[in-house]
Amino acid sequence: MEQLIDKLKHEIIGVLNLSEMTPADIDENAPLFIEGLGLDSIDALELIVLLEKNYGLKLGTAEEGKRVLHSVRSMAEFITSNKKG
Amino acid sequence: MEELYIISDHCIIRNNSVVSGGKKVFEYDRGGEPSFFTALYRHFDLNYPKFFKMDNLCKLGLLASEVLLREKNILRRYPGDQVGLILSNAASSIDTDRNYQISINDRTGYFPSPSVFVYTLANIVIGEISIRQKFLGESTFFIEEKFNPERLYTQVKLILDEGIISCCICGWVELDGDHYEAVLYLVEKSAPLADGIAIFEPEKLHEIFLQRI
Amino acid sequence: MQHKVVVTGIGIISAIGFDTKGVMDSLQAQRSGIGRLSLIDSVYKDEIPVAEIKATNDELLQIADPGITGNYSRTSLLGIIAARQAIAAARIDVSAPGRTGLISATTVGGMDRSEIFYRGYLSGSGKARLRDVVTHDCGDSTEKIADCTGIRDYITTINTACSSSANAIMVGARLIREGKLDRVVAGGTDALTLFTLNGFNSLMILDRNPCRPFDEDRNGLNLGEGSGFLVLESEEFACRENKNVLGVIKGYGNACDAYHQTASSPEGHGACLSMLKALEVAGLAPDAISYINAHGTGTKNNDLSEGVALETVFQAGIPHCSSTKSYTGHTLGAAGGIEAVLSIIALQHQWIYPNLNFARPMNELGFVPVTAFVTGIPVNCIMSNSFGFGGNNSTLIFSRY
Repeated sequence: MEQLIDKLKHEIIGVLNLSEMTPADIDENAPLFIEGLGLDSIDALELIVLLEKNYGLKLGTAEEGKRVLHSVRSMAEFITSNKKG
Repeated sequence: MEELYIISDHCIIRNNSVVSGGKKVFEYDRGGEPSFFTALYRHFDLNYPKFFKMDNLCKLGLLASEVLLREKNILRRYPGDQVGLILSNAASSIDTDRNYQISINDRTGYFPSPSVFVYTLANIVIGEISIRQKFLGESTFFIEEKFNPERLYTQVKLILDEGIISCCICGWVELDGDHYEAVLYLVEKSAPLADGIAIFEPEKLHEIFLQRI
Repeated sequence: MQHKVVVTGIGIISAIGFDTKGVMDSLQAQRSGIGRLSLIDSVYKDEIPVAEIKATNDELLQIADPGITGNYSRTSLLGIIAARQAIAAARIDVSAPGRTGLISATTVGGMDRSEIFYRGYLSGSGKARLRDVVTHDCGDSTEKIADCTGIRDYITTINTACSSSANAIMVGARLIREGKLDRVVAGGTDALTLFTLNGFNSLMILDRNPCRPFDEDRNGLNLGEGSGFLVLESEEFACRENKNVLGVIKGYGNACDAYHQTASSPEGHGACLSMLKALEVAGLAPDAISYINAHGTGTKNNDLSEGVALETVFQAGIPHCSSTKSYTGHTLGAAGGIEAVLSIIALQHQWIYPNLNFARPMNELGFVPVTAFVTGIPVNCIMSNSFGFGGNNSTLIFSRY
């Protein structure tokens, strides 16, 4: 799980162009939106694309999106529990 | 009698250099940051993380507006809805259009990028400047074959005459791959006498545009 | 001296009709143009409804009949068709004395062909044809319209996302008002493309059903395509030539929302400013407005933001209001022009259009849009809103002559 969390942090920095940040700057338990990293709606959409592109996982509804994208840890847990094989 | 307005300041970004009010304020050192835009961002210590999400056209426009408006406290002199933005270019958003198109090219494995798509419009640069500066006035983006000082003069003068705005940031913001240039003018109804101010007229716009830097 | 700006011609092509008459028939019959994508090969063909003009580019070329051999993108063909209709309706002779301008707007430009070129080019198959990419620039469709109509005195292109052609009309009106030009053909054109279909889909704002503007259960917009142009003239010029005046450009306003690249502010700040500015230029109080043709895309964000702004500006009560995007889809850069044409038709015939597909009012708002095709009440002044990405908000006000 910790390896996945670290990988996710690198990926998030990459797709969201957070070039001022390093993985150490991201608290995996902190909220990604509004507080914490303060990401916006477009960032949320990019993270949805990231889950599909890198992990083959599609989010069904906006509500599911809100839960899964709450923090880096919730994203990692979603990936772990849905990974096929 | 025709109302006269003032170009109270201008800036030029071209050939990896920045000129503000006629003086060179930055020259790119290739040994430093890999990108001219990032180097300029750091030079002016902008502290605006959203910068890194922008496409190159918006980065160019935002940086040019920062250079033009530094230490001017425009909003102390004018309400936000009295500041207008009239910009133009020839390439529209082609640079970002290409990047976005790449993300949808492969039918079997395409992943359209929403954060790239939102920049596939020329006028988003106006939006980004307005968000940063809190400008709420009238804005338009014209696509012209090349910089057209007569056209720009007419459009800006009309809205100043109409009283829709009291101050206008206007000019040319063009980017396509490695070719980029931005020339921005600050046009006001009146301005305190200072070095470098000039009457707002097409010939002056043209003269400033052609400045060698 | 300021000149009154009048409308002497209209031209339109959209999913609900190939000309003014066809569009009027559909409006009255409450027949929407939203349906299945058939002319573009997309994986979303059966999933995402669009308002497509059922004519291939070859068929559009026959209708446009430009008379000049060249490369024509779908966007430019639609623009030529609508601009020519408007010029014919206004009985304009561009070679006669008078300074005539063309202000056209587009967001997509020649992308319909460029995306075909680029795919072929990247595949390295050698199948890509350069002629498919020479029409890419936004300015190309404007130049093609100018070439086909003979307009030379003043030509420019505006690209401000979904407010583009409303801004074209505003800029044109201003140039006439201040005596810089005598007449202007102003409007916009945009074609459906894979580029925009995929882009809007990635933003998750496309409804999988026909859109429901201002409805509590709305779920996004439907993309559309088309073109709408007005012929604007100074009143003196129009009267000198005994033109039939269809309406007046009474007011206009543009403001920046300064909130987000694509979303509108929750309080609709930019929208309030553009509506208030337009009323100020028009010299009208809000209660002078008979009907509002809203931007009303059907997205959660726009309709709430615009609804809040409407309630703020029209404090004594919102007049009859509807979005015609449930007929035409959201035609992006052409929306302002198309909806301007619909507004002029409404003024001429004293019509108020229904907001199709409406069932439940939004919880946050007090107002309910018009749901029937209304006739028999005075329609003197129409306000038309067009709000674009980048926070570019425009409002036009048309009145009876």
